[in-house]
Amino acid sequence: MKLHEYQAKQVFADAGIPTPASQLASDVDGVVTAAEEIGYPVAVKAQVQVGGRGKAGGIKLVEDEDEAREAADSILGMDLKGYRVDRVLVEEAVDFTNELYVGITMDRGEGKPVAMVSTRGGVNIEEVAEEDPDAIAREHVDPSFGMHPYQARKAVYDAGVGRSVARDVSNVLMTLYELWESRDGADAEINPLMVTSDDEVIAADAVMNIDEDALFRQPELAEMEEEAAGGDELEQKADEYDFDYVRLEGNVGIIGNGAGLVMTTLDLVDHYGGEPANFLDVGGGAKAQRISNALDMVFSDDNVDSVVFNIFGGITRGDEVARGINEALEQFDDIPKPVVVRLAGTNWEEGMEILNEDLVTVEQTLEDAVQRAVEYAGEVNDQ
Amino acid sequence: MSVLVDDDTRVVVQGITGGEGKFHAEQMMEYGTNVVAGAVPGKGGQEAAGVPVYDTVHEAVEEENADTSVIFVPPAFAGDAIFESLDSGLDLAVAITEGIPTQDMARVNKRLSETDTRLIGPNCPGLITPGEAKLGILPGNIFAEGNVGLVSRSGTLTYQVVDSLTNRGIGQTTAIGIGGDPIIGTDFVDALELFENDPDTDAIVMCGEIGGEDEEEAAAYIDEHVDTPVAGFIAGRTAPPGKRMGHAGAIVSGSGTGTAESKINALNDAGVPVGDTPEEVADHIEEFLG
Repeated sequence: MKLHEYQAKQVFADAGIPTPASQLASDVDGVVTAAEEIGYPVAVKAQVQVGGRGKAGGIKLVEDEDEAREAADSILGMDLKGYRVDRVLVEEAVDFTNELYVGITMDRGEGKPVAMVSTRGGVNIEEVAEEDPDAIAREHVDPSFGMHPYQARKAVYDAGVGRSVARDVSNVLMTLYELWESRDGADAEINPLMVTSDDEVIAADAVMNIDEDALFRQPELAEMEEEAAGGDELEQKADEYDFDYVRLEGNVGIIGNGAGLVMTTLDLVDHYGGEPANFLDVGGGAKAQRISNALDMVFSDDNVDSVVFNIFGGITRGDEVARGINEALEQFDDIPKPVVVRLAGTNWEEGMEILNEDLVTVEQTLEDAVQRAVEYAGEVNDQ
Repeated sequence: MSVLVDDDTRVVVQGITGGEGKFHAEQMMEYGTNVVAGAVPGKGGQEAAGVPVYDTVHEAVEEENADTSVIFVPPAFAGDAIFESLDSGLDLAVAITEGIPTQDMARVNKRLSETDTRLIGPNCPGLITPGEAKLGILPGNIFAEGNVGLVSRSGTLTYQVVDSLTNRGIGQTTAIGIGGDPIIGTDFVDALELFENDPDTDAIVMCGEIGGEDEEEAAAYIDEHVDTPVAGFIAGRTAPPGKRMGHAGAIVSGSGTGTAESKINALNDAGVPVGDTPEEVADHIEEFLG
């Protein structure tokens, strides 16, 4: 779960990380009022969950009321890489001399948290990581002890941060680690961490991704999730149904159990000349209602022309799956899109007895099921 | 022969009084697994699935000589349950639980390096030696006794590939689902080493997926240390970068690894053919076995 910038900044500020003065606004007058209170110049920043907002026109620096109105007018309501901008953050423009990067994440290879510092902040840090990995200092942390202050200092000095701000940057990094740990962060990043001509450091952006599996013990952040949600209607629906779902460009809807098997189904659709419309993993042990919700999801996507249902039961039971498919389809006089079903594994035979074969096409193997779904999608396209 | 599990394995099921725990304890026993106890705090003295339940894993070890645990404990408590297994001196702990917070697993991982217990999982289907024992939730009926070792990050993909093998009359020594979480116990390299040293394993299937660099590391290991022929499968060639593959994660290693392409290339370079479909994986194994 990714927090919006304004939410992450609030979390950081509450923990003592310096952030610029800012206010959230959702209309033009609100932007002007906020800007006047903060004092020009200000930055007007779209609050949507996409990278590269600046380049896409989602961040504008304004000097006066006219520019503020103009910027608010162009940003509010704009479509930013598929996301509608409903809110902007109006923020004090910081006069900086230097831009740093600081971040904490889990290094899955090492199985340990890692703190990262670079003097090449303010740019696409992934590109820096690729072109010049040595420009980023990395310090692994023992997760049972947490980060020691000396480690924060070491990362800061290794990165070549100037002496005049090294102590403040170390403090920011320590605080960021403590936040990451106590809030079950997946990633916590500040890019850029600006250095002013007075040698003050200030977080000009804030990124906080929370480990979804830990939201049960982060009730305050879980509340923010409601606000953080947004964007694609289908993805919101998937959130409500609690599916792992990704919308894609093609027209073959794909539902399965287990990420690896669903990805394999996508790959086979591609292999047989079709194009996947989505990735939908119902997870382990899905009951009938969940299966029915999955079909509802995929049917709601106008791009979908056929659906392939691929279940290989372990903890998931074929009879439950079959009941869910029947429930979802029996409510239609006309099934909106052809559905191909492949059931294997736990209780698949019971499932096949239950499944209403008047409503679906049954195939025994994954390959046959995928080919049939691709064929159906192609036929629809040809019409 | 087999690796890690056979009919002598003495299993304690952590969480045996829960719905999943009880159902799968029974399924395991039906398959022939020697389940000797359950462990559930507060439920000591009861009986579940026909075996005695203890409050702690330590008691199950003392009273029933359990040497292996299978963990069906909800995610909030599963990290602690794994710690308990490690502290009880078991040979093997198999964590089925999905959704354990990553920071909990980082702490488990640290402790793991200080003990002799081997961990499989979490978020995995478990492992099975066909005809002898299964630990976890795998559907036993699709497996067959034979000479192919299988290791996979994905549970249902394991079933799919095994199905292709078994349907052609190719059985398995042991199949291990290692789990797809960012931090897991036994990884590809560990499993490959076990199979390489098992005299009865004549070919190996390795099923990976996008994300992380475990497959690239495995490829390097195969190149150096594995003589047994290996066939691979990588899921996610067409998937967009997963939402969980966060931004900072890419910075740790730089990008360019973790994609299906980089994994397939690394495996090919190590002499491992990678099937486009599960059936093609089975084709390669058939060729290896002649």
